[in-house]
Amino acid sequence: MNLWQFMMQNRLEVVELTLEHLWLVGISTLISVVIGVPLGILITRWPALNKPILGGANVIQTIPSLALFGFLLPAPWFGERADRMAIFALTLYALLPLIQNTYAGIKGVDPAVVEAGRGMGMTDRQLLFQVQLPLALGVIIAGIRVATVISVGLATIAAAIGAGGLGEYIFRGLAMVSNAVILAGAIPAAILALLADFGFGLLETSLTPKS
Amino acid sequence: MPHEFAIEFRNVSYRLDGSRELLHGLRFGVQRGETLVLLGKSGSGKTTSLKLINNLASPSQGDVLVDGRSTREWDVIRLRRMIGYVIQEVGLFPHFTVERNIALVPKIENWPSQRIAQRVRELLSLVGLEPKLAMRYPRELSGGQKQRVGVARALAADPPILLMDEPFGALDPITRAEMQKEFASLQKRLNKTVVFVTHDLREALLLATRIALMEDGRLMAIQTPQEFLKSEEPFTRAYVAAFGSDLRS
Repeated sequence: MNLWQFMMQNRLEVVELTLEHLWLVGISTLISVVIGVPLGILITRWPALNKPILGGANVIQTIPSLALFGFLLPAPWFGERADRMAIFALTLYALLPLIQNTYAGIKGVDPAVVEAGRGMGMTDRQLLFQVQLPLALGVIIAGIRVATVISVGLATIAAAIGAGGLGEYIFRGLAMVSNAVILAGAIPAAILALLADFGFGLLETSLTPKS
Repeated sequence: MPHEFAIEFRNVSYRLDGSRELLHGLRFGVQRGETLVLLGKSGSGKTTSLKLINNLASPSQGDVLVDGRSTREWDVIRLRRMIGYVIQEVGLFPHFTVERNIALVPKIENWPSQRIAQRVRELLSLVGLEPKLAMRYPRELSGGQKQRVGVARALAADPPILLMDEPFGALDPITRAEMQKEFASLQKRLNKTVVFVTHDLREALLLATRIALMEDGRLMAIQTPQEFLKSEEPFTRAYVAAFGSDLRS
């Protein structure tokens, strides 16, 4: 059976797994934005936290994903459901690019602009929300873009613990020694990654202030 | 009772976090309505002195008094909002239109929008910009236009004090001369207390009520432009000599 026949025969399942994949990636990216952007802002305000927070996020990146899933299995609440574990792990991996880009984006705002704002009596909050964040937005979106693309790839491994997604086909294909089945998972995943990259790329360009 | 000086330095020293001292025992006052020019070479402490006034830096010793009150006691936000601030790099907000840039302080002070709009129109004409520029973004302006917007922004909430840090330093010589002349005539009308930092003696002579010459973090002398040119002090003479002999004409 070739790839095309397999995908046509299982088109409902292909759609279902793709949606599952999108859900894992979408939710985890969303959570990591909610956590990572404030952390990135925090370390621009308290430089002492810079090393521990960025260091911690870096260490997480070094844990192999399969091992991380393994660590999570005995954990309370997370270990009960595969999708919780997968989302938790994907969130952790997405944190580094988000914290890093938020930090770099804010630090990269022209110091003269910040000094002018401060000198005219803007409060720290006004400076952050009216000046620094809007000007850092392009760089932050670039962080979300990287995190999402990495996440689409990583999420295929989540199938190993039964969290679903397009990884199902990849693992099934490996077990069946069938290239067609592997590709039925790999190709849609690659397309998702490319679409995410392209979409966030457009957003990034349109939200980066011209200078 | 209004305090005698708008700004007063009382034996002010400044060092940056335990490193060497950058300013040593500065004492001087800035009178209301005068333009005091801080003149000196790069690294002489002019900019640092300026930043002590709006508390972007605070003295390690001594006090800087604004309206008779030490900057340590001022609420820093209130202090800064009554002091206009213009810097060489201008520092316009690139994501705001000219209008929003100028309206910055009135907006955060919650002026009604009609009054803001009217104030922006007034200021554009005050600094010699056409009203149609209001909707442009900073990237669409020339260097001279940007600095005009910078001046308008600093004047927006009508602050009694204006701090200017080499505001015309990055402009081409022709635009610079034009801006200097316009600012001199503007200052005659506005009567602000201005502290103006420059290393350019010609600029100092043109704009200053008094010139404060600084060297290595010390105040060497405060003199009117006429006194400055006639001075027999060696460091003043050296500065005049460096700018050539045509200054007296």
